Amino acid sequence: MKISRFLKTIFLLEFVSSLLLAIRVMFKPKKTINYPYEKGSLSPRFRGEHALRRYPSGEERCIACKLCEAVCPAQAITIESTERDDGSRKTTRYDIDMLKCIYCGLCQESCPVEAIVQGPNFEFSTETREELYYNKEKLLDNGDRWEDVLAKNIRLDKPYR
Amino acid sequence: MEYFDTLLNELYKIAFILIPVLVSVALIVWLDRRIWGAVQKRKGPNVVGPFGLLQTVADALKYIFKEIIIPASSNKVIFVLAPVVTMTLALVAWAVIPFDNDLVLADINVGILYLFAVSSLGVYGIIMGGWASNSKYPFLGAIRSAAQMVSYEVSIGIIIINVLLCVGSLNLKDIVNAQQNLWFVVPLFPMFVVFFISALAETNRPPFDLPEAEAELVSGYQTEYSGMMYAMFWLGEYANILLMCAMGAILFLGGWLPLVDIFPFNVLPGPLWMILKILFLFFLFALVKAIVPRYRYDQLMRLGWKILLPFSLLYVVLTASYLFYFDKLPTKAF
Repeated sequence: MKISRFLKTIFLLEFVSSLLLAIRVMFKPKKTINYPYEKGSLSPRFRGEHALRRYPSGEERCIACKLCEAVCPAQAITIESTERDDGSRKTTRYDIDMLKCIYCGLCQESCPVEAIVQGPNFEFSTETREELYYNKEKLLDNGDRWEDVLAKNIRLDKPYR
Repeated sequence: MEYFDTLLNELYKIAFILIPVLVSVALIVWLDRRIWGAVQKRKGPNVVGPFGLLQTVADALKYIFKEIIIPASSNKVIFVLAPVVTMTLALVAWAVIPFDNDLVLADINVGILYLFAVSSLGVYGIIMGGWASNSKYPFLGAIRSAAQMVSYEVSIGIIIINVLLCVGSLNLKDIVNAQQNLWFVVPLFPMFVVFFISALAETNRPPFDLPEAEAELVSGYQTEYSGMMYAMFWLGEYANILLMCAMGAILFLGGWLPLVDIFPFNVLPGPLWMILKILFLFFLFALVKAIVPRYRYDQLMRLGWKILLPFSLLYVVLTASYLFYFDKLPTKAF
């Protein structure tokens, strides 16, 4: 045992075998990607930028139940609501402070009408702090822009809920 | 007028060697990062220029435009001088490196001693930088570096004695020409391995990068340096690595000599062979960086003084007795 260890040491056997291993590994496919040009795949459950969705008719889904506001652990959501002329309850204000948000996904879990969701977009950094105080308009706009992906993700995730 | 002509002529020659060396240093940094990345299954720098070849140029430009901060409590003259010394010493040694039988800037008779002396002086840049920073981490890094470089220089010196015993001349061209029939890497293979290990230690490469030791010493002697001064340390370090590779190629791999002197091999010009050999050695340097963890300080000292030094001394005795017994000692008249 001791002699074999001694021989291994003086002939640098483990060093040589690791060199060969390194050369073999060098020619294997790379695990990294050219990020801005290539992107990795995201799970349907990915919790990125928030969006407020609409019904296909164009009506807002949100019914101002304020469950998301109540459940939000970071208290990042602020909602004010009123009764509309047709008797339905709608939000007049729906703000999310994206700097407070911890992207836990509880707002999406709590929403009874699948109005507030977290989409697949994670590239929304800005140059100023103020741009990250999202209001209702911005959130609805996000919903319109990402609706295809949002709907698909919700459909894919449905069987597991 | 004649004086200026000579001066210009010399300057031209110096530029002819320095510019290729600086360009290849830039490329070698890129190659190092690419190989390191490939071993870790990463792509490595591939954005700036074709295959990312201009990455080092971009980095150097960034360093040039950065602010140079000189700590208030530092010894300013020495602080500024240290990177200059490192860089100069790394470049000045290239004067004696022969790229072909007559392609050498200064064909001096004690070329190998000059090379050895200049590479030994390299430690001064680090000591000066570490001491002049007047800060704890750089000081510790400099102390470590001094001890490490001195220890491993001893075994490099003895390895060189091995080669010199077989050649009988201190001239680098003679050393290469003595390998006409057989490269010294074959009879002196154990010495080549020891030389390689010592060269790693001499240039502060992993597993011997204790002077830098990012984790414990926050980059050691470079901690207080910024901007172009840091870049000079960084380029000097890589020029030193390249120099060590060239030294290995000359001492053991037959310099500009082709692999075998028959048709497909001897078509390639000598300098190209030299460059190929330097690249091969650098490839090994880069691979070693990727596969080994860092030594502990006492392990480093033990390896240098208790293993490499006695082993190379023993090999000197072996080589000398072999040459003496079989009457093969070089009999060149000096």
